[in-house]
Amino acid sequence: MITPTHYMLLSSALFIIGVAGVMMRRNIIVIFMSIELILNAVNINLVAYSSQLQNAVGQVFALFVIAVAAAEAAVGLGIILAFYRNKETVNIDEMNLMKW
Amino acid sequence: MPPGISTSDFYYILPELVLTGGALLVLIADVLLPRGSKALAWVTLLAIGATIASLVPFGSTHVEVAHGLLAVDQFALFFKIVFLGAAALTVLMSVRYLEIEGASPGEYYFLILCATLGMMIMAGGIDLLTIFIGLETMAVSFYILAGFIKPNQRSNEAAVKYFLLGAFSLGILLYGMSIMYGLSGTTNLRTMATAFVGQERDPRLVLAVILVVAGLGFKIAAVPFHMWAPDVYEGAPTPVTAFLSVGSKAASFAMLLRIFLEGLPSMSADWRLMFEVLAIVTMTIGNLAALTQTNIKRMLAYSSIAHAGYILIGVVAGTPRGVAAMLIYLLIYAFMQLGAFTIIIIMRRQDVVGDELKDFSGLHIRHPFAAFAMLLFMLSLGGIPPTAGFMGKFWLFGAAIDAGYVRLAVIGVLNSAISLYYYIRLVVFMYLKPQGAGSPVTTSPSLGIALAVAVIGTIFLGVYPRLLFDLAEMSARTLGVAAVTAAIR
Amino acid sequence: MLLLIPLLPFVGFLLNASFGRRISKAAAGAIACGSMLASFGVSTIAVWRLVGLPPESRALAQTVLRWITSGDFDVSFTLRVDPLSALMILVVTGIGSLIHIYSTAYMHEERDSEYARYFSYLNLFAAFMLVLVLGSNFLVMFVGWEGVGLCSYLLIGFWYQKESAADAGKKAFIVNRIGDFGFILGMLLAFVRFGTLDFQEIARSVAALRPETTFGTLSALTLLLFVGATGKSAQIPLHVWLPDAMEGPTPVSALIHAATMVTAGVYMIGRNAVLFGHAPHTLTIVAIIGTATALMAGTIGLVQNDIKRVLAYSTVSQLGYMFLAMGVGAYTAGIFHLFTHAFFKALLFLGSGAVIHALAGEQDLRRMGGLKRELPITYWTFFTGALAIAGVPLLAGFFSKDEILYRTFAGGHLWLWTVGLLTSLLTATYMFRVVFLAFHGERAGEHPAPSTEHPAPSTQRHLHDAPPAMALALIVLAAGSVLAGYVGVPRAVGGSNRIEQFLAPSFGEVRLKPDATNDARAALLQPGQERQEEAASATEGLERGLMGVSSAIALGGIGIAWFFFLKKKRAADEMAVRFAGVHRVLANKYYVDEMYEAAVVQPIRIASDEGLWNGVDVRVIDGAVNGVGGLVGGSSSALRRIQTGSVRLYAVSVMLGVVVILGYYVWR
Repeated sequence: MITPTHYMLLSSALFIIGVAGVMMRRNIIVIFMSIELILNAVNINLVAYSSQLQNAVGQVFALFVIAVAAAEAAVGLGIILAFYRNKETVNIDEMNLMKW
Repeated sequence: MPPGISTSDFYYILPELVLTGGALLVLIADVLLPRGSKALAWVTLLAIGATIASLVPFGSTHVEVAHGLLAVDQFALFFKIVFLGAAALTVLMSVRYLEIEGASPGEYYFLILCATLGMMIMAGGIDLLTIFIGLETMAVSFYILAGFIKPNQRSNEAAVKYFLLGAFSLGILLYGMSIMYGLSGTTNLRTMATAFVGQERDPRLVLAVILVVAGLGFKIAAVPFHMWAPDVYEGAPTPVTAFLSVGSKAASFAMLLRIFLEGLPSMSADWRLMFEVLAIVTMTIGNLAALTQTNIKRMLAYSSIAHAGYILIGVVAGTPRGVAAMLIYLLIYAFMQLGAFTIIIIMRRQDVVGDELKDFSGLHIRHPFAAFAMLLFMLSLGGIPPTAGFMGKFWLFGAAIDAGYVRLAVIGVLNSAISLYYYIRLVVFMYLKPQGAGSPVTTSPSLGIALAVAVIGTIFLGVYPRLLFDLAEMSARTLGVAAVTAAIR
Repeated sequence: MLLLIPLLPFVGFLLNASFGRRISKAAAGAIACGSMLASFGVSTIAVWRLVGLPPESRALAQTVLRWITSGDFDVSFTLRVDPLSALMILVVTGIGSLIHIYSTAYMHEERDSEYARYFSYLNLFAAFMLVLVLGSNFLVMFVGWEGVGLCSYLLIGFWYQKESAADAGKKAFIVNRIGDFGFILGMLLAFVRFGTLDFQEIARSVAALRPETTFGTLSALTLLLFVGATGKSAQIPLHVWLPDAMEGPTPVSALIHAATMVTAGVYMIGRNAVLFGHAPHTLTIVAIIGTATALMAGTIGLVQNDIKRVLAYSTVSQLGYMFLAMGVGAYTAGIFHLFTHAFFKALLFLGSGAVIHALAGEQDLRRMGGLKRELPITYWTFFTGALAIAGVPLLAGFFSKDEILYRTFAGGHLWLWTVGLLTSLLTATYMFRVVFLAFHGERAGEHPAPSTEHPAPSTQRHLHDAPPAMALALIVLAAGSVLAGYVGVPRAVGGSNRIEQFLAPSFGEVRLKPDATNDARAALLQPGQERQEEAASATEGLERGLMGVSSAIALGGIGIAWFFFLKKKRAADEMAVRFAGVHRVLANKYYVDEMYEAAVVQPIRIASDEGLWNGVDVRVIDGAVNGVGGLVGGSSSALRRIQTGSVRLYAVSVMLGVVVILGYYVWR
């Protein structure tokens, strides 16, 4: 029997994996994918709660999150592309023109 | 017409609709107008002006729209005026900057208007859903704006950093919000407030509060969630930096107040403690780090972090007076910060970037009025009377003492004393150093208007702050602050 | 009308600041002097009207605008003239006008734009100073307080080509930050305690209280305000900036760093006499700090070789006297000394300026001498000023200094009195050392050292005395130095001490320690009590006796100076050799700067050089921060290193924030 707790565990695991990915990976694209993982963790949370509470708001919220994530992905990839054109790299550690 | 939405709801979101229409108009005008026409800026200003005009009927409205998705009240109104004013000044200071950088103005102005629209929704949102939509409308626009100067590597880098970290913090914020939803079964903040009564000790709720604090802390650039700010502020196009540091910050504070004062009053003991620590750390680290900066944009970024710390004092106080002080400070801050960035844009010429400290050497000889205006903004940021900045600080610290947080006021004063050092350093460069290099400093009419507005605002609100005080107090009272004070005492 | 007093110089500032580059020197000077003279005229009229009122209701007020109102909290931008501020505005506008006139000649070698810039700052300073003394509440006073500070830094660093000038400005700024921190906190505390910032209302609510016998809110509050005063008025331990401030043009030293701004701390205590009167612990501290500063600065002044530095230490020392007076509750005496000091110290500074002007920038006493013949006007006026400050009978300084010493003695502070008397001896000695070294004897080095004050080397061989504008200011101030004391001739020698009667209402109805004379005088009004009269005549006898002592001391001090620096010049050097240790300590100003350097700056420099910065590209800020700034600057640089530009690190920082807060909850 899969209880809401299982969903919570799954979502928190995804969240932690996502956060760890952001902090540890060097490739900008992979970092971005990790962020998507976090958003998916959020979606699982929302939908699980929604079905547990018998309340549709959470699912609507999840749809919005998906839509916004898509918009963000489009913009984000555009920005990364512009960066790549100038720098010819997607390694985050080479991004240090501005510091201190 | 979907159930639950009535025509009157559309009436109440008239300003947002006008602004959306205006934004679309700018896109169309961009195609129709000849390339390089400056008329586009005026179309944008027209859209902003029309939006401000459409706010007039809602002067004393106090309603919830669309089943509690948005609130149209004086609190939102106050913020909307701040956003629109800041947007107008940003447009004025962008005209020549875009020309020098060779960037296309059409999308730029469109995105400025979109960001403003997002802010307006954030200020009015009393539902996690609308707040989230508003936040993203603003944030995505800013991601693009930060990287708007595509050939410039610094601009690219700023955009990537802002985007990655912004999306990361959004994830954290949303995760907290999803837990809040799960525990209360609603996304409406006001319903949520009643649902949470009695759940103060639930560890899941505490976790949600912490995550939301972190996500919002990122948006207002509070230490330790601030590290993106200096880099992004330095790299982004200067007018965008100005708008980011004023508009985005004010909108995030509006959202913060809505979420914590309207949605989580029962948890106030917890978030007050968190914000108190954040305020202290933010003020202190912001000011200390600003001391040794030689790049003015970066210095202003740290200064803006420090100011977020000052403003947080108002949240900690949590009283109507504290909230009023925040509103006052945010408006005053908009004038002085935008003014300072206007000067940096004036310094930008074909041959000079103009954001290094040494570029300001001997400015009082080259352009006495610009130097005087910058002196005024620096004094105001440092909180020297009789400028507006002093009034703002006085009110904030007064509210803190009033609410029993004397230590916060003391630390705030100490920090203001430290901060004066780097503000005055710029004054020393302008007045007590030999003339710097580069072509002569000139202004353009639109820059002149922006500067004049900022100067007048900074002086007027310092000399005659009563009107603003009354307005802010009235606006603060429309927020569910009364509920908070009741919960504490 | 009161608004006009600060507004006129402000208009002068605006005119010179906006059109200064396009108008001639004559026009710029005329605008500046004209606005000051007009302000002086308005002040005179205001004071005239004030004097016309009956003594107990002597106050004129003008509310310019209601500044902040919210519920029960109301702060207005109100200007108020009462006897105390009346005296102050006369000093600021009167002496200010003279110094403006003097400056027209003194600064004549500057370029047109610099000339206008100089006068615009000077006018702005006067406007803020007038706001400071006219303000009816702490907030308005604070506007002036910060404003004069800003002008002071700008004027100290006026010759920014000189590295030392820029450093001096920075030092003044940092030291004053510490003082202002105290002042603001004191102000906030006063607001919390009394719910108002108006001086009169605070005095009224304090008057209803009993003086604090333990260290409580009032003591804390007054002590914080006193920290502010030590910063502005250069008292221990925040005195280090004033001698360095002499890097500014000499008229600036005369106006800001001798006659007006540095007395703001004394004025502030006088303004809040009732408040301070209820905090005896603070008053004791004020008196001790004042006396210690007077003595220390006096001894340092004895061995300095730069003519302006001698005067600077002399100023610090005289300010110490004023704080001593405030500390023993003799507010009138303190303000009286402030008044006379403004005349003779401005005179001495302007006189030294005339010397420096004539010698094309030479400031070293050892290279002067025999100037008496060539600069007769300067000599005689300077001589008058020296007599006045030394406390020679019948001149201004005698009456005011004597009043302070007498009140100290009468208040039972025997130790403070002794030290005060010793300082008085020092004062006479170091002042006449300057007179004898500079004006008497033979001129030492014929070749002036590279000029420090006037960048353009003068080609004139022949020394010229002060030009008319400078001479006018010197002569008027010399007259003032002789006559200013006669407003406060004590009853003991047949005077009527008008200034005391005039100022008394400003210091409130309540006196903490009604001292002997006051009791006696009060008793005199009730006839038929012989014992009281006897007591009165006894105190008068005492006062006369003390006067005799201090006159003798003053003359003795002059005698010592005459012996060592004129009669047997070698004796001074022999003394310096014999007491080499003492001399070294004095010449190095008790190593206070070095102590700050060693205690604060060096550790940070070492830590940051060795530890943090080694081998890394360091964008050191322009000119290393010194003093307390070093501490803050060091941590700032450390903080900067954290910001490495790495996105991953930034994300870690965000998560770290979350984890720390979570950790707090788990731990709890």
